[in-house]
Amino acid sequence: MTRPPRRIVATPAAWAVWGAVTLFFVGVAGVIGSVLVNSFGTRWFDTWLPEGYTTDWYGQAWEEFTLLPVLGVTLMVCLLVTGISVLVGVPASYVLARRSFYGRRAVYLMFLLPILMPPITYGIPLATVLYEYGFAGHLSGVVLANLVPSIPFVILTMTPFIEQIDPAVERAARVCGARTRQVFLRILAPLLIPGILASSILVVVRTVGMFELTFLTAGPDSQTLVVALFYSMSASGIRAQQSVDAMAVIYTAMMLVLLVVALRFVNPTQLVARVKEDPE
Amino acid sequence: MTTGSRFDRLRLDGVSRRFGGADALAGLDLTIERGEFITLLGPSGCGKSTALNCLAGLLPLTRGSIWRDETRLDTLPPEQRGFGMVFQNYALFPHMSVRKNIAFGLQMRKVARAEVRRRTDEAIRLVHLESHADKLPGQLSGGQQQRVAIARAVVVEPSLVLMDEPLSNLDAKLRLEMRTEIRRLHQSLGLTTVYVTHDQEEALSMSDRLVVLRAGRVQQIGTPEQVHTRPANRHIADFMGFRNLLPVRVGEMAGAGVIVDGGGLHLTGSPVGEPRPGEPAVAAIRPEDIRIAAHPGEGVEVTVEVVEYQGREVSAEVRTGDGTLLHLRTARRLAPKDRIEVVLDPGRLLVFPAGPDEQGSEP
Amino acid sequence: MTPVALRHRLAERGIDARLLLLGPAALFVAALFIYPFCYGIAVSLQPAEGGPFAAYQSFFADAYQRDTIATTLWIALPAALLNVLASVPIAYRMRGRFRGKRVLTTVLVVPITLGTVLTAEGLLNFLGPTGWFNRVLLGLGLVDAPVSLTHNYWGVFLSLVITGFPFAFLLVLSYLSGIDPSLEKAGAVLGAGWAQRFFRITLPLLAPGLATTFCLTFVLAFSVFPSAILVGDPSGTTRVISIAAYEAAYVRYDYAGGAAAAIVMGLVELVVIGLVLGLRGLLYTGSTSGGKG
Repeated sequence: MTRPPRRIVATPAAWAVWGAVTLFFVGVAGVIGSVLVNSFGTRWFDTWLPEGYTTDWYGQAWEEFTLLPVLGVTLMVCLLVTGISVLVGVPASYVLARRSFYGRRAVYLMFLLPILMPPITYGIPLATVLYEYGFAGHLSGVVLANLVPSIPFVILTMTPFIEQIDPAVERAARVCGARTRQVFLRILAPLLIPGILASSILVVVRTVGMFELTFLTAGPDSQTLVVALFYSMSASGIRAQQSVDAMAVIYTAMMLVLLVVALRFVNPTQLVARVKEDPE
Repeated sequence: MTTGSRFDRLRLDGVSRRFGGADALAGLDLTIERGEFITLLGPSGCGKSTALNCLAGLLPLTRGSIWRDETRLDTLPPEQRGFGMVFQNYALFPHMSVRKNIAFGLQMRKVARAEVRRRTDEAIRLVHLESHADKLPGQLSGGQQQRVAIARAVVVEPSLVLMDEPLSNLDAKLRLEMRTEIRRLHQSLGLTTVYVTHDQEEALSMSDRLVVLRAGRVQQIGTPEQVHTRPANRHIADFMGFRNLLPVRVGEMAGAGVIVDGGGLHLTGSPVGEPRPGEPAVAAIRPEDIRIAAHPGEGVEVTVEVVEYQGREVSAEVRTGDGTLLHLRTARRLAPKDRIEVVLDPGRLLVFPAGPDEQGSEP
Repeated sequence: MTPVALRHRLAERGIDARLLLLGPAALFVAALFIYPFCYGIAVSLQPAEGGPFAAYQSFFADAYQRDTIATTLWIALPAALLNVLASVPIAYRMRGRFRGKRVLTTVLVVPITLGTVLTAEGLLNFLGPTGWFNRVLLGLGLVDAPVSLTHNYWGVFLSLVITGFPFAFLLVLSYLSGIDPSLEKAGAVLGAGWAQRFFRITLPLLAPGLATTFCLTFVLAFSVFPSAILVGDPSGTTRVISIAAYEAAYVRYDYAGGAAAAIVMGLVELVVIGLVLGLRGLLYTGSTSGGKG
């Protein structure tokens, strides 16, 4: 049976709901819009729009904040974190999806905790440990710190994905004479690729946006874009507000590109939860 | 229990439903008398569930109207129609016990607490679930969930009970039991029931009248016997178990019968509709109406190809010398490659005109 | 016991060689999460001066530190509550299919991806005394002087709503779409009106999901850090516990104090989550489908 498209009837409740949604979007648009406009404005004090427009702030931001190396670091951190999390996380999620064993719940909880804890709570002791062993202040420290929520994230998104692959497929392959390695490479890997892509892109988005852990472990030459942005903002007054905004726009653009890429592989709602599509 | 709101008949007047330009249901006219058991029958996608949902008020109509005596129902929301419904997946409230599920409809009607208790207990007894009254639906078996769903629908003494393929999720044995159970409840409670199914056997055994639908249109309305013996067109015949559908050409009319030729067969049958001499037609006959000839020369010679053992009888696939394939059932023990003669009962052979897709017609 | 017998004993409990695939992940989490956590606890118990609990004592003795707990809760609880409660009617209305649903959910994801730092920067521009928001209010004559919404409680609160609401909404929407639509139809045929269907069928089935959503949204709000510094009043009304922990560790180099504050933060969060999940345990938390099929 199919359902008819929902009618948009203007009941008071509907008005209230759509009003709230509109208000929210106006807010979001205002937040992004004012950053965008300011980054192109020459002087903007007590008026609706800036007096003139220029792209100079971008050049200035690029120079002043040494954005090229910052972008390089961001990219490097993302690649390493994503690669390692997938390599380490997928086999673990395979075990969690397929096997029931003594202590499975405890293991699951252990992987859940890093996602539930505020990053600052474990970030501060983690940073201390990383300083002790000489990792913090370098790229390696940033990568290690970002792995803490990323590996569990891969595990938690991949486990349900593997659960929905019929285990009979693997048994069939074994009966056909495939060994463990062949089952993995020829049967599971092709089936897992969509899930791995989705999960990696989500890890990239989270890593680019991860502020706290990177902030606590990065040294001067291992800052990612979001941390560099935070420093330039808290030091505002020294730098022109517009060039900070130009940097924010670069960050936004990067995030939006990632988002567009992500949405090619995952449903928007999957960014926060595994949503069942409409059952019909 | 007796039906609460008294009424004489329920009338569907040109009820139609379109989805994005396609007719899911086109102009359903039907009058349901109080106490009747009506079945909407047809293959999946024929519009039978659409019809039921329109009747329940879960789908707005795009044309037509529904009347209970002089009250117009199709403008009312489902909660004000006073019907009961059994859903295909039962739709039991998973967070409520069996008792609370059954009491729900009564509570919505603001029935006094003691009365709710009494009627719920009675309904639980009626479907033999006394020992499960305080369990959650998740703890019950499929058949028990089915009983809860039925009790929940009938406890409110609805003027009409709607059932949407309620037995399709049960195993074969349970399905037979519940069939009898539903019919028993229908009679003992004096219900008026509209039942939807794609299973022709179920439809024939339970209903007072059948409404056969195809592609959103009514093909035939009649008693089980009418539909069984005289399907209105070849599609219904196909659906009602006429496994042998032979393309033929109409010869001459012979009294009430008609003579047809095709596939090396020369047959006599009864016309349905208006097959015209010289035009193509479809000859339809059930496997059980083809018998093995009593003496040589009486029938058509065929070779047995496949034999399926089915207990008391066998079902066999045989081929004529001209290559026409026939299905038959017989008590005789046949073996592949046997050569036998068969007779197609002229009284049971129906001849339909083979025109383009016939639209619905009533006998 | 022979090796074979031991292997059989272990196999009985589902333990065999393939569990080794868990190894690397478990090792990473143990080395980078559990060990530092224990290390943090150990550090917090070894302050430069005083007994083992001196760091905790000084945290609770100093009102400037102690009050950060209340400040954090006072920001995080209302923000999480608002995000979840506002999501329910909106998601309820949008649970069916309609044109543009995918566009809407896509746009909603944007604030989540932007993160707190950018939201803070935008809020400073948008809600500042000369920002568009105040210009509109002044222009409409609703206020005489610009409303102060940045560098105080409201700036942080709004930044939490902007990043937290879409998150809560999408989660609630996913829980709602998991509820079998035929249940509400069954309710309707049985005579339940709109409100009765919502409060007696949908809400009870949704409640456990709401509790989970609240927990996750609360975790996001509770760990508020950059926006509390950037759009808040980090030395006053929005001096949240993470700022206290950060300052202790990186401004005063009091590692024991920093670790203690971080651990207090984790404990407070766990207490709130524990309470909510405890209440959730009292609810019906089984399947949300109406039966077989």
